[in-house]
Amino acid sequence: MQTELLRFTTAGSVDDGKSTLIGRLLYDSKSIYQDQYEQIERVSEKRGEEGVNLALLTDGLKSEREQGITIDVAYRYFSTPKRKFIIADTPGHIQYTRNMVTGASTANVALVLIDARHGVVEQTKRHAIIASLLQIPHLLVCINKMDLVDHSQSVYDKIQDDFEQFAAKLDVKDVSFIPISALNGDNVVNRSEKMDWFEGSTLMYYLENVHIASDHNFIDTRLPIQTVIRPYNDEFHDYRGYAGRIAGGSFKVGDKIVALPSGFSSEVTRIVGASGDQESAYPPQSVTLLLKGDIDISRGDMIVRENNQPEVGQDIDLMICWFDREKPLKPKGKYAIKHTSQDVRCVIKEVRYKLDINTLSRDQEDKEIRMNDIGRILIRTTKPLFTDPYRKNRVTGSVIIIDEGTNNTVAAGMVI
Amino acid sequence: MNYQIDHIRELESESIFIMREVAAQFENPVLMFSGGKDSILMVYLAHKAFYPAKIPFSLLHVDTGHNFPETLKYRDELVERFGAKLVIGSVQEAIDNGIVTEEKGFDASRNGLQTSALLEALEKGKYDAALGGARRDEEKARAKERFFSHRDEFGQWDPKNQRPELWNLFNGRKNIGEHFRVFPISNWTELDVWQYLALENIPLPSLYFAHEREVFKRDGTLLADCEYIQKRPDEEVFTQMVRCRTIGDMTCTGVWESNASTVDEIIQEIATTRMTERGGRTDDKRSETSMEDRKKLGYF
Repeated sequence: MQTELLRFTTAGSVDDGKSTLIGRLLYDSKSIYQDQYEQIERVSEKRGEEGVNLALLTDGLKSEREQGITIDVAYRYFSTPKRKFIIADTPGHIQYTRNMVTGASTANVALVLIDARHGVVEQTKRHAIIASLLQIPHLLVCINKMDLVDHSQSVYDKIQDDFEQFAAKLDVKDVSFIPISALNGDNVVNRSEKMDWFEGSTLMYYLENVHIASDHNFIDTRLPIQTVIRPYNDEFHDYRGYAGRIAGGSFKVGDKIVALPSGFSSEVTRIVGASGDQESAYPPQSVTLLLKGDIDISRGDMIVRENNQPEVGQDIDLMICWFDREKPLKPKGKYAIKHTSQDVRCVIKEVRYKLDINTLSRDQEDKEIRMNDIGRILIRTTKPLFTDPYRKNRVTGSVIIIDEGTNNTVAAGMVI
Repeated sequence: MNYQIDHIRELESESIFIMREVAAQFENPVLMFSGGKDSILMVYLAHKAFYPAKIPFSLLHVDTGHNFPETLKYRDELVERFGAKLVIGSVQEAIDNGIVTEEKGFDASRNGLQTSALLEALEKGKYDAALGGARRDEEKARAKERFFSHRDEFGQWDPKNQRPELWNLFNGRKNIGEHFRVFPISNWTELDVWQYLALENIPLPSLYFAHEREVFKRDGTLLADCEYIQKRPDEEVFTQMVRCRTIGDMTCTGVWESNASTVDEIIQEIATTRMTERGGRTDDKRSETSMEDRKKLGYF
C-alpha cells in the first residue's frame, strides 16, 4: 500500500463556504463519523440554526464556537485510497495573517476560495501573496457558489482573468482553477452536470493527482545535525552516529562529505534509517549517518557535499512576517534565532521596507513592523548560519525569531 | 532512483525528528505511558529515534489504580524489553495524601484526578518536557494543539495564546518552573497507527483484540463489569465478545462489540466504522468542551 502524504492549507471566512467545502470533503470521503455528526447536529439545533452547521466540525475551541469564528489553525485529516491529506484550516481575516503563514509553511498546495458573486477581493489577494511568499508549490483557485451565478462560464472566465492578471506579479509556479459549488457538491468529488463547459478535473481528482514528488529539493545535499548518538555500551563501543532529517539532496553510502562549520572532509560509511541500514537517504527521511574517521561534529553543524555548499554567513537578508500581539519589531533590538538545528542570537541591523499585503507596494516611510505586517530586514547573527535562499529550500531557508524576554516566537523569516 | 516515501514512513520520520528535538532541547524529558496503543507506538518510535542507544526518556505511568490487569502486565514486559526506567504517579497516593478527593456515585471516575497526580509527578521528577501520544484527529480541542505545547508554572494550557509553529522549527524555550507537553504523533490518525503497528509487527495488549467479557450497558456505551464501577439497580451484566478501541481507566473506557481478533481485522473494522474511537469515552461526554476544559488545567 503506497499512499503519499499531501498537506494543503485553506483560508477564507465562513462566508466563502470554506467550512462547507471542508465539511463536504470530509463527508464525501467518509471521514466524518456518526457520533461527530450527531454532536454537531445537536449543537446546531440548540443554537437554533437551520440544518447542520458543518463549520462546527472545524471550530473546536469554546471561544471560537461562542464567537462563531475560527481563531487558530485547526488540523483535519482525511484519506482516499491514493493519498492521505492533512488540511491546515486557517482563518482568512487580516488579523489572522500569522495563522495563514503558519498553515502555509508546510503546505504542498494552497487552496484559495473565491465567492463567484464577489470575484477577486482583498482577502483572495492576501492569501495568494502569502502562498507566494511562503513558496507553496501549487496554488488551486476554487471559484465557489457557482450555483448562485447560474453556473455561468463567463463569470468564471472573468474571475480567472482577474486572478491571473494579479498573480502575474507574484512568484507562483503552478496555478489551477476549478468552478465548484461546495453546497451541492458540484466538481468537488463528482463532476458537475451543470457545468459541462468546464473540461478540467474535479477538486478531489486534483488533490489526488497533483504532482508533489518534486516539492522537496533533491539537488542541494544538506543534513542539519540534531543530535549525536553514542550508545556507551560494549556492543557498540565506537559507535558515533550523526542524527537528523535530510533537508535537501541525497546521501549514498560512500559519498564524500564536508562538515560545516569545521570544513573537515570524510566519507559516509553507513546510513541507518528507521528500518535499519539503507543505501541512500533523501528528504524528508530521518536518518543517522556514520562517517569514516573520528571527526568532531555536534548539534547545529551541517553535513553537505564539497562541491555544493550553502551560504555561510552572519549578515542575513530576510523577509519576515511579524506575529507579536503586544510589541512591534525593535529596530537595533536583539533577538534569539532558530535556524535548522542552530540556536543563535541576532541584532536587527536595518528595516528596509514594509510590504503592503494588499497592493504589494513597498512602504519605506512607515517602517514600524507590527503584528501581521510583512517586511524586509537585515540581521547580523552571533555565529554563522548555513543558509540557502528560501526559494531553493524551505528547510534551510527559514528561521523563526524569538523574543528573549517572553520566549515567544515573534516572527517567521525567509532568507532572500 | 525513486525519491518517494509513503505517508506512513513520512509520519514516522516526522515523529522521530520531534523526539530527537526533545532530547536535544530539554534537560529532563519524560514519556507519558498509559499502556494504550498510542503510547506503545511512542515507545517504539523513541527506540528507533535513538537506536542503538537506549531511549533517553523515563516512562511515566499515571496510575489510577483502576487499570485493566492486562495493561500492567504489558507495561512491565515492555519496560523490560527496552531496558527503560519506569516512574509511577499514583492517583491512590494523591487521594491518601488528601491532595484530591475521590468522586462518589454511579459515574464516579478517577480520570479527572489524573491531572493532579500527573502534575505532581512532573514536579517531583523535575521533568521539563512530557511527551504524550495524543493525536489531533482524536478530539476537537486536540485538533488545535501544537507539537511543542507550552505549559505555565501551574501546568495550564492557554489555547488562545499558543506559539505559532512553522516549518520544522520548534521553540522549546521556557522559564524555570514551566514545562512543555510534546506530541510527536499529532499528525497520525487512528488508522495510521494501526497500519504502522501491523507493518512493524508490534505486539499489543490482549485487550485490543476481541475477547469474551462480562459487560453492562450505560448511556449507550458498553462498560466492563468490575469492582471499581457502582452499577445502578437496573443495569444488568451479560457476556459479550468485545474489544477496546482505546485503553484508559476501567471506569471510563467503553468496550466495543467486535469479533476482530487480528490487527488486519481491526484495520478492516476501523476503515468501515462510523464511530470515533473516543465515542466510547464517558470522560469526553461530560460536556461539549470537557476535553478543552481538562486540557487547560493540565490534563494530557
